[in-house]
Amino acid sequence: MSAERDTLLEVDGLVTRYRVPRGVLGAIARRPKETVHAVEGVSFTIATGQMVALVGESGCGKTSTAQTVARMVDSEGGAIRFRGREITQLSARSLRPLRREIQMIYQDPYESLDPRFTVRDTIEEPLLVHRIARGKEEREQKVREALVRAGLSPPELFIDRYPHELSGGQRQRVAIAASLVLDPKLLVADEPVSMLDVSVRAGILALLDGLRKEGMGILMITHDLSTAAHFADRIAVMYLGRIVEEGPAREVVRNPQHPYTRALITVVPKRDPREQTTPQILTGETPNPIRVPPGCRFHPRCPIAEPQCSEVDPSLQRPRDAATPDHRAACIITAPGPSADEVGPDGDGAPHG
Amino acid sequence: MSTRQPILRAEDLHVWFDLPGDSELHAVQGVSFELRPGERMGLVGESGCGKTTTILALMGLLPASASVAGRVHLEGEDILAKGEESVSPHRWKDIAMVFQGAMNAFNPVKTIGSQIAEPMELHGTATGRAARAQVRELLELVGISGERAERYPHEFSGGMRQRAAIALALACEPHVLLADEPTTALDVMVQAQILELLVRLTRDLGLAMILVTHDLPVVAQVCDRAAVMYAGEIVEMGQMTTIYHDPRHPYTRMLFAATPDLLGDEDVLSIPGAPPRLDHEIVGCPFTPRCDSAFAPCPTAHPRRLEVAPGHEALCHLNDHLVAERPA
Ligand SMILES: Nc1ncnc2c1ncn2[C@@H]1O[C@H](COP(=O)(O)OP(=O)(O)OP(=O)(O)O)[C@@H](O)[C@H]1O
Ligand SMILES: [Mg+2]
Repeated sequence: MSAERDTLLEVDGLVTRYRVPRGVLGAIARRPKETVHAVEGVSFTIATGQMVALVGESGCGKTSTAQTVARMVDSEGGAIRFRGREITQLSARSLRPLRREIQMIYQDPYESLDPRFTVRDTIEEPLLVHRIARGKEEREQKVREALVRAGLSPPELFIDRYPHELSGGQRQRVAIAASLVLDPKLLVADEPVSMLDVSVRAGILALLDGLRKEGMGILMITHDLSTAAHFADRIAVMYLGRIVEEGPAREVVRNPQHPYTRALITVVPKRDPREQTTPQILTGETPNPIRVPPGCRFHPRCPIAEPQCSEVDPSLQRPRDAATPDHRAACIITAPGPSADEVGPDGDGAPHG
Repeated sequence: MSTRQPILRAEDLHVWFDLPGDSELHAVQGVSFELRPGERMGLVGESGCGKTTTILALMGLLPASASVAGRVHLEGEDILAKGEESVSPHRWKDIAMVFQGAMNAFNPVKTIGSQIAEPMELHGTATGRAARAQVRELLELVGISGERAERYPHEFSGGMRQRAAIALALACEPHVLLADEPTTALDVMVQAQILELLVRLTRDLGLAMILVTHDLPVVAQVCDRAAVMYAGEIVEMGQMTTIYHDPRHPYTRMLFAATPDLLGDEDVLSIPGAPPRLDHEIVGCPFTPRCDSAFAPCPTAHPRRLEVAPGHEALCHLNDHLVAERPA
């Protein structure tokens, strides 16, 4: 759907791991630290004017993916290319200009704003840090433009306020304005509405949608499939550090191909009380990313697993029942193909983006 | 089910909080409803609309800065009549609650089992060995192996701690369970597990439940009836399907329209503005400034509560034939 759009971000086989101590006894015994396999070979692309949603349960690696892409956490493998340029290994110094172009928006607008800063101070700060606008007047102009773009207009109504004088939705808009003032090309939004009231969520999401239409690339991290289905162009479903299904948003929720996605879809409560499906409840919780099950990482909870699922680590492939060519799932039953050991987790030259 | 006598009936419940200075905040403004055995009712609305305050009032657990008026009949008895004296014999034994954020409120240095046994010993429903046996039974009831009673909170996952919090509320075998946002911080699969548990408990034990949440689809999935709160009042109440398909208050309709649906195609629309402050007197209908259907009487006259159909009531001038001027 984005054939003529420019590719903005290409993530290829990304790996992010954290070392954690083995607890007090382990430390005393000097046992080696354990490894959290937060992101284990994740690939996707984002074009200009495209919103990609990374969905999954807590601990599945979606925030780690976002933070690695924004170069806030170091990767252990794979490549990140931004506007055609490899940025995976850039030093802190050469990262500086990049920080302008890739901006993060956080979940909690109460924490991300400094209570002692007025709205003006908050939005002006990135301009000072990046030494952008010359002189006070130009800065003031940019601050006001950013406020209007973020839906806080007229700007004079908000510019002198402190965070405690703003509603939750307005605070999130100020945080977004502080990103927009740098004129970024890519926004990485980590659960941008989950702390907000339902009544104001739609407004923030519409704001992001408007920015997307103007050409912004957006990576949205969310645990809410309904929000992803409504606002994203593409959805990537993560489970234990891997993308297990990826495709056009509509296809992923209406024609899910991975058994994990299928189960998730059945447990999302629907608005219409008559439309509730029988939830297909998976027992237990997502296993700990320290000890990832062998073979398909979902097999211990999978309702359709077969014996070979505990041996073959599936790669992302076009499912048999997919309706579009750009829909892929990592399941040897619904989307047979070579294992991840042979071709890597993101399959073999398959299209993405 | 509807032929049975209500087990819980709130009548014209009001709560005021004293604020520093000489002001007060009218958090609950005349709430009335009935709940029957085995029934699941959702209490929904935006943050600050008075959901938690309402159910804390039912439990008699409001802070000293609060004053309460109205009646709460539990199995026929007015438990507000003599304040603490009349409510304390029933609290936890007949009516119990799962607090907002309860799963993170366990004492980290005590085992889960000993914390569930506490209310039993306190109320004398069981002690010592009997209490320990009951704790194990309760844990099994909520889907936790009884052996885990000896474990500490940090050894439980979030979902397990929420199950344990439900077991704690059930310790003295209440007939009414008030659950305040029991799934808000949980992942969707764990949420599904907890909701299934709550439904099972109401079915198997005949427990009546009020599920407090800001998440309409959760209520749509789990509850028979729903009460929608706004600015301290119940603005609409009725069968869940009726409220969804035939809302009679613009707030209910707009709240649904603000909620994305997994398979729905309609645009998701935010509700402009914010709820009114509750420390000032509100003139007219409190929803007027945000309402897409407000007309002449709304800014000045408070709407009457009308039964628009049997078991379906709403607080909106649009339903009132006595209001002369109608919108075009
Ligand atoms: N102890 C208190 N003192 C003063 N005001 C209070 C107190 N507790 C609650 N309030 C106020 O009463 C109103 C209702 O609050 P309540 O906590 O009942 O809302 P809620 O619907 O449960 O919201 P949420 O969805 O955020 O949990 C709010 O305006 C709140 O600020
Ligand atoms: Mg509350």
